[in-house]
Amino acid sequence: MSFNVVTSSFRVVRREREAGAEALRIGLIAGVAAVLFCLIGAYVALDKRDVVEGVASFAAVALAAIALVAGYTSAATANRQGRTPRRAVLLAGGAGLAVGACLALMVLATTNLGIRTILVAASPALVRALTFGTTAGSSGQIFLLLAAGFGLGAIGGALATLVPERLRRAIIRGVFVVIFAGLFRDVFFSIASNLPGGVDRMIYGSAGIRLWPAILLFAAVVAWTILRAAAGKPSAARTGGRSKLSIVLLVATVLVLPLITSDFVAQVAMLVALYMLMGMGLNIELGLAGLVDLGFVAFFAVGAYTVALLCSNGPLAIADVSFWVALPVAIVLAAVSGLVFGLPVLRVRGDYLAMATLGLGEIVRVLVLSDALAPVLGGSQGIIEIDRPVLAGISLNTPAELYYLALILAGAVAFISWRLQHARIGRAWLAIREDEDVAQALGIDPVASKLVAYSVGAAFAGAAGAVFAVLVGSVFPHSFQLLVSINVLAILVIGGLGSLPGVLVGAMVLIGLPELLREFGEFRYLFYGVALVAMMHIRPEGLWPAESTKREMADA
Amino acid sequence: MRTLDVRDLTVAYGAISAVRSASFTAAAGKITAVVGANGAGKTTVLNAISGLRDVRAGRIDMDGQDIGALPPHERVRAGIAQVPEGRRLFGRMTVAENLEIGAFVRQDRAKVRQDIERILVLFPRLKERYRQLAGTLSGGEQQMVAMGRAMMADPSVLLLDEPTMGLAPQIVDLVLEAVQAINAQGVTVLLVEQNAYRALEIADQAFVLETGEVTLSGSGEELLSHPRVRSAYLGHDA
Ligand SMILES: Nc1ncnc2c1ncn2[C@@H]1O[C@H](COP(=O)(O)OP(=O)(O)OP(=O)(O)O)[C@@H](O)[C@H]1O
Ligand SMILES: [Mg+2]
Repeated sequence: MSFNVVTSSFRVVRREREAGAEALRIGLIAGVAAVLFCLIGAYVALDKRDVVEGVASFAAVALAAIALVAGYTSAATANRQGRTPRRAVLLAGGAGLAVGACLALMVLATTNLGIRTILVAASPALVRALTFGTTAGSSGQIFLLLAAGFGLGAIGGALATLVPERLRRAIIRGVFVVIFAGLFRDVFFSIASNLPGGVDRMIYGSAGIRLWPAILLFAAVVAWTILRAAAGKPSAARTGGRSKLSIVLLVATVLVLPLITSDFVAQVAMLVALYMLMGMGLNIELGLAGLVDLGFVAFFAVGAYTVALLCSNGPLAIADVSFWVALPVAIVLAAVSGLVFGLPVLRVRGDYLAMATLGLGEIVRVLVLSDALAPVLGGSQGIIEIDRPVLAGISLNTPAELYYLALILAGAVAFISWRLQHARIGRAWLAIREDEDVAQALGIDPVASKLVAYSVGAAFAGAAGAVFAVLVGSVFPHSFQLLVSINVLAILVIGGLGSLPGVLVGAMVLIGLPELLREFGEFRYLFYGVALVAMMHIRPEGLWPAESTKREMADA
Repeated sequence: MRTLDVRDLTVAYGAISAVRSASFTAAAGKITAVVGANGAGKTTVLNAISGLRDVRAGRIDMDGQDIGALPPHERVRAGIAQVPEGRRLFGRMTVAENLEIGAFVRQDRAKVRQDIERILVLFPRLKERYRQLAGTLSGGEQQMVAMGRAMMADPSVLLLDEPTMGLAPQIVDLVLEAVQAINAQGVTVLLVEQNAYRALEIADQAFVLETGEVTLSGSGEELLSHPRVRSAYLGHDA
């Protein structure tokens, strides 16, 4: 707290570069970023998907955003230094121009210097993609890039200086909603296809949202935002009223989603539900008890392999029981393995715990992969032919049916988590997380409490593994990599440590969104990374922080 | 009322002994003060009693029962509570939550409610701050919460580690009066203090710790007038 005061006063004291120099600096940095974006091949890859059908591809939107942000930041700096708005906008245009110039240079170098031998992505395809109606490599293209850069920078600058705060917020929100609606065309299109009269085709083209619906949507969002602000309604986030309404909306969406969308979306939703299960498990360990666990995937594996062995028809089957028998066995085994692993590991603290659990996760993966255990666990061949669960005589086969299975489990786990959090043990976890010595001196048994956290978390992961096994119908060692543990960890951090709704939001954002953007290939991880870094700056407490975190941030 | 009896206590950090064969008694229902310079081993002694620090040798008895083998959380059930050096509240919890978690070992809900009331009577200031985050309290208020939290375990022996550290004189009075009030309820108090004069004033018994050894002991008054104490800890010429 006092520390914060110090840093913020530092910020004020720090000498700022003169606005013009700063604009140039920002412009060049943004320009280099834009060029990099193109040269790693992201532009061409992202160009395949339209945000607004036939008008703006996702790649174009990303480039435009770079110029806009450069303009916005430059103008904001100029504004702080007391420059007139006109000058600020001009400087912003300059920053945008720098971005355009960098891109123009890149196009020139690509067409004339043959840099392709070094930079594979500096291809004719890239130059073609950047023509926007002009001829590739022509002076027209160069001029267009420069002009567009200047224009976008100036618009960004105008947004920062000339547009009043309320309108600016409304516009930014409108733009984001349109991008969201265009980018996740598949989801919304499949929802809209339930409506009669071909509404779906009226709104969406084959690659993105159509122009007029996009404009209408933008206008509607802007109007609604302004009207709401004018009506004097305090922002929901501030009143905390958000929680109730958003939870209702969230639950409703979650319940009907697979029914009104495509199988593909249902499948993604299923994956999200699976990660939610794991997320809630790690939330008990890390979010509540403060135990860093990088070997979380081990328990996921225990659950999956248990169900695989018990429900498979393949050569490795040890019993051919129904999923409903195998599920509790998997959960109990995972919990027990949590206890067994926990005993030696939980006496270490902090960073060492992270390393110890990391090792544990790898041990389990190596074990299931090993030749020695291959006669039992199948080694790299895995276990196949796992029966689908049968409910009332019906085999659960479709993604939607399996989604509901995962969802019901997630609901049960959420309820248990919530009860535990508010029980005696929940308070013990909190105390241990805050100060282990003091917790002991207040009569809390740290080893026992941590063991409970560890094995409950493991049980939840085991449940997730069980569902995973029947969902895929087979298990292979490569499904149990360190990356799974890291993903679950990232979900918690993004959603907000210790927060149950945060787990849901985190899983949707980190698992759902990238899955829906599959066609962008590896480049979606670029956004994943950008999103993570941006989050840590803008909302370090997470998207839906726990009550205690919120309180702490509020008085910091 | 319980007597705390420490015999030949030795505590070491690696090769260095921070406490060497220290013996003393905190008599039942009395205030016993521990005086000593920085690094003399006062905190180490308290941590050994509460179990946060493993001991190398010695016995710690409560009413003749050896509690030296119990883990810290069970010593709380045996009746020992500690107010740690530097308060160490749960800063992200409210005053109310800090007090409630102090009663972790207790099952008697109704009695716990009553005890919270008693603490709010002892420290009326906490009533206004009841829903405030502990981390945002002033130093004096934090000390009150720390003492309240320890008292919520309903201890028979209270270990206090420099409760007046960094507090203004009026607040020091308030805190030490509270210590006497707690003691008057029948709680045995072991009080570590830098502020030797104030501690000896309210102490029934006291001893001096120097580089881990008990070098002097007697009643509070005796030590107050002892020339070595006067020169070393009270700033008077001998
Ligand atoms: N964790 C530790 N590791 C190593 N040495 C330690 C540790 N804790 C304390 N010591 C050492 O043990 C000795 C006694 O420390 P202790 O904290 O008990 O002193 P103290 O009398 O409470 O001092 P103060 O009045 O400053 O609080 C000191 O020399 C200290 O450096
Ligand atoms: Mg000390």
